[in-house]
Amino acid sequence: MLLISLLAVNTFADTAKFKAVVPDYTLTFPHDYGVHDDFRIEWWYITGWLETENNKPLGFQVTFFRYATGQNKDNPSRFAAKYLIIAHLALSDPAVGKLMHEEKTAREGFDLAYAKQGNTDVKLDDWALVREEDGRYLVDMQGSDFGLQLSLTPTQMMLLQDKNGFSRKGPKSEQASYYYSEPHLSVTGTVIRHNKPVSVTGRAWLDHEWSSEYLDPDADGWDWVGANLDDGSSLMAFQIRRKNGGKVWAYAALRDASGHVVFFEPEQVEFTPIRTWQSPHTDAVYPVAMRIRTDEIVWQLTPLFDDQELDSRQSTGTVYWEGAVTLSKDGQPAGQGYLELTGYVQPLEM
Amino acid sequence: MKTASLSRWLMFGEWRAHYVQLLAVILAIALGVALGFSIHLINTAALNEFSAASKNLTGQSDLQVHGKQSMFDEELFPMLVQYQGVELASPVLEFDVVVPEKLENRRDHKLKVMGIDMFRATEISPDLLGVTEEGNQLDGLSDDAIFLSPAAMEWLQVERGDALQLRVGLQTITLRVAGGLVRARAGQRLAVMDIGVAQWRFEYLGLLSRIELKLAPGINHETFKVKLDDTLGEHYFVTESIEQDARVANMSRAYRVNLNMLALMALFTGTFLVFSTQALSIIRRRHQFALLRVLGMTRHQLLRQVILEGIILGIIGSLLGLAFGYAIAATAIHFLGGDLGSSFFPGVQANIHFSPLAAIIFFMVGMGVTLLGTIVPAWEAAQAKPAPALKSGGEEMAISKRSMPWFAIICLTLAMIFTQLPPVFELPIFGYLAIAQLLVGGVALMPRFAAWIFAFLMRIRGQNNSGAVATLVMARLANAPHQASIALGGVLVSFSLMVAMAIMVTSFRVSVEEWLGHVLPADLYVKAASIGDQGGFQLNEQKALADLPGFARVDFFRSLQLILDPVRPEITLMARPIDMSDPSNTIPMTDAMIASTLLPQDVIPIWVSEAMVDLYGYDVGKYVTLPVGMGSQQFFVAGVWRDYGRQFGAVQMQLTDYQTLTEDYSSNTVGLWLQPGTTASKVESVLRQLPFGDALEISWSGDIRTLSLQIFDRSFAITYLLEMVAVVIGLLGVAASFSAQTLARVKEFGMLRHIGVKRRQILALLAAEGGLLTGLGIMLGFVLGWSISLILVFIVNPQSFHWTMQMHLPWGWLTIIAAVMLVAAAITALIAGRHAISGSAVRAVREDW
Repeated sequence: MLLISLLAVNTFADTAKFKAVVPDYTLTFPHDYGVHDDFRIEWWYITGWLETENNKPLGFQVTFFRYATGQNKDNPSRFAAKYLIIAHLALSDPAVGKLMHEEKTAREGFDLAYAKQGNTDVKLDDWALVREEDGRYLVDMQGSDFGLQLSLTPTQMMLLQDKNGFSRKGPKSEQASYYYSEPHLSVTGTVIRHNKPVSVTGRAWLDHEWSSEYLDPDADGWDWVGANLDDGSSLMAFQIRRKNGGKVWAYAALRDASGHVVFFEPEQVEFTPIRTWQSPHTDAVYPVAMRIRTDEIVWQLTPLFDDQELDSRQSTGTVYWEGAVTLSKDGQPAGQGYLELTGYVQPLEM
Repeated sequence: MKTASLSRWLMFGEWRAHYVQLLAVILAIALGVALGFSIHLINTAALNEFSAASKNLTGQSDLQVHGKQSMFDEELFPMLVQYQGVELASPVLEFDVVVPEKLENRRDHKLKVMGIDMFRATEISPDLLGVTEEGNQLDGLSDDAIFLSPAAMEWLQVERGDALQLRVGLQTITLRVAGGLVRARAGQRLAVMDIGVAQWRFEYLGLLSRIELKLAPGINHETFKVKLDDTLGEHYFVTESIEQDARVANMSRAYRVNLNMLALMALFTGTFLVFSTQALSIIRRRHQFALLRVLGMTRHQLLRQVILEGIILGIIGSLLGLAFGYAIAATAIHFLGGDLGSSFFPGVQANIHFSPLAAIIFFMVGMGVTLLGTIVPAWEAAQAKPAPALKSGGEEMAISKRSMPWFAIICLTLAMIFTQLPPVFELPIFGYLAIAQLLVGGVALMPRFAAWIFAFLMRIRGQNNSGAVATLVMARLANAPHQASIALGGVLVSFSLMVAMAIMVTSFRVSVEEWLGHVLPADLYVKAASIGDQGGFQLNEQKALADLPGFARVDFFRSLQLILDPVRPEITLMARPIDMSDPSNTIPMTDAMIASTLLPQDVIPIWVSEAMVDLYGYDVGKYVTLPVGMGSQQFFVAGVWRDYGRQFGAVQMQLTDYQTLTEDYSSNTVGLWLQPGTTASKVESVLRQLPFGDALEISWSGDIRTLSLQIFDRSFAITYLLEMVAVVIGLLGVAASFSAQTLARVKEFGMLRHIGVKRRQILALLAAEGGLLTGLGIMLGFVLGWSISLILVFIVNPQSFHWTMQMHLPWGWLTIIAAVMLVAAAITALIAGRHAISGSAVRAVREDW
């Protein structure tokens, strides 16, 4: 997956200060579960479909970003803003009809906000994402209106994207990230709404990605999908759109239940909008229903509902559509996943 | 003729004939109302602006946590973030920095800087978020970024992108103006930067000024506050915004209330003027009223007629007063600022808001005063029996009922009792009541007094067999004291208030002058901008200073702010070398002190200012606890000193004691004594040649003294203004009552002309009468004013500002005012008299049937 820039920043953060993503790096674990402070941006991103005891579907998204400001290198203050931790929490409930979301930002420090090395361990005040020794992920996030307490257990191998985790994002080789996914996480836990806990079970997808340079200057935004398919296979696909039409880059990977992975070249991956939805909040027009072709196969994506736009202009300043979708192939239900559409309001810079 | 048109006819007839008195009355009411209203407007405008400005610094937090010292350890911050019931905790580091470019302006070279965490401040104090260049939101975290309010940008002459130099200790650092604070109040000079950068660049590592808390929904604020207070212990305060407001209001309350009281006094003087003019006008019209009664007008109708006159005058006067008041307030704020030059509300650009409620109240006060001045004479006029009133010579009898020696005695006794009572809500309410009682009693006693004095004088004169005019004057004054006393009322009140104010201000000024001499013993003082919570001079710099040639003595001072009570402004702690053999060699002590030899063993002595005794009960001989050093330390109050510089309290202690307790060896100020033969320019160049010479603020004590007195005079600008108004009202009173009297005595003068008295002699008689009456008024006014000044000096000032002073009488100024009033009164009497005797003698007497 890829997410966000949010930090619509970066004219000042000199890229040279950070480590570059290179093709011949070998990801090692558990080290690479943890934080990589030498890179400008890093995120842990989990999306998934949940089902309540009454068989009602819910979608959720949890993201923790770590962002290096490139500032205050020599500042000995414990408040020195060297790294920021930013977290997004979103819940899609068709009964509500629009995305519920909360977000927080804090500077790393005082053990109140941090991303630790050695294993996934990220915290922002009382929001936390931790990977246990046995591989389970624990999410504990309580917003003012709703919250999540989830335990996510891997049921399959991790998936290193692209060239052993070196994931190209553009025509230049430095336009890349390190990227691995953990599809088919089995979820149990509770969703708290109106101070009432509701037990849920479900299936989720985790991405961990870190990079220093990301988007091509020509890029306008991207469309991304990650899906756990019913037959145990996993699909990830994205395209980076060019400013005046066309695409800068595209990629897809399909792994079947036995672990066999097929990687697709940019020209083999094609995103075609089927239906658009105009946001009443931002006036942006999103292709919420998509047809995605990965070489021979055509996947049809249908949103759980239309209004899954996350408007964080109040804080981090970005707006994107991040929604639960169902996938079908040849008219038959194929699985469930999350679709991310960015750059439809204003071009993202990274 | 209908009643309405009769009433109108009577009124306009009277006014046309005596427009001078009419104008005097209207002007008196207008001035009184104007003064009260303008002072109210100015005060509320300044206070509102000040508290709004301080509110947008603290934002919408539910509670704030402060340390007893101005800064505390940042370790409290993570603890509060995780504290049960806290939804949001926003750390704040607040301090003033010196702007080197503004150093030539001694009083105004500091910029308030607030270090905030923009992510945590978003919800609590959004007004403090800097506006960066478009799309560069995180620039606020840059290690050179500072955001300035529009007023600060204007003051510093910088824009976004410009460099800004600021002083840290003896160094100068350069920051970059990264943007503006668009939501700062107009006129509010403020800089905001990232808290981590501020801690680093300004050397406040590990320190915070306060933490703003937002509580989770459903948390009971009171219970939470008590619990948190308990957890944090005695080194911290947990305050609500209301307490913050209280603190702001407390800072200037005494000043504001005193100013309002002075304005009320002006209104009070106005009342006497209104009363005397109305009373005289009615006495003069007794025949007219008697005639109307005989012609069938009822008592009720007559009363209504007089009161109606009063109401119309009151309405006109009060409306004029409101307009004047608004104009005065607007002008004063424009030229002097919201604090009228007294620096109680620094850095605030106040705007006047017309408040209808206040306007109505002041209008009602003006009306009330006028009616009060009208009803007594009106009642009297209505009560009079028409037949005797028609006869001539009833005027004197008419108001004899009004002279009540018992009433006067009760007033004066009450005044005595009030002077013994303690302050109410820390305000000298009873002091002011005593002044009012003194004035009322003095005026009420006036007729008796005039009768005694002039009767006595006449007896002496009679023995000497002096001229006819003198005899006439004495006879008149001795036997018709009541009319005389009414004329005197206004003179008496205004002159006595003037005397009182003049004595008070002079006493204060002389005391301050002496005090300045005492608190600035060194020849020059050198300061450095502080570094973090530390004084600007560290040990090595202190050594460099002490080793300089040309100085007989070098003393180091350390001062810092402490909060002892969250609703009160900070007190100042000063540590300095104090002469233990006799502390009064170092400190301007009052009589309350314990000699060093009599101090108990093993105590740390402190010397406290008078305000500490009044506000915190730090009496001599008491053991007190102050948050100095690790934990709280016990101190022994060894003496009380006079402090005109810090009305909220100050404490002095030995520098060595302070250093032992705190291990803080830094210093803010150095006092230097020159060796004989060293010149000022040489000394300055020696100091400037030090490695940190450029960062030094060098002040000669003579300059500080001059500057302090300038500030003093500016703060009292408003009192001088009030004095001038009192003079004007007093003279108006003289003019009005004399012209009324002489006109009422047209018949008398006609008679005198008939029996051979020359016109010139009558004029001399009038001038003599006027002069003598005013002379008596001035004498009595002086006694009354002196008594009032005693109350001001010994009760009002200590109770409101917590300082005492010695009495000093400004004889020169008093003599000038007395002479001016005397001459003005005599001239007024002459002018009025010339008018009265201009007609023919025959016609004047003919009225007397």
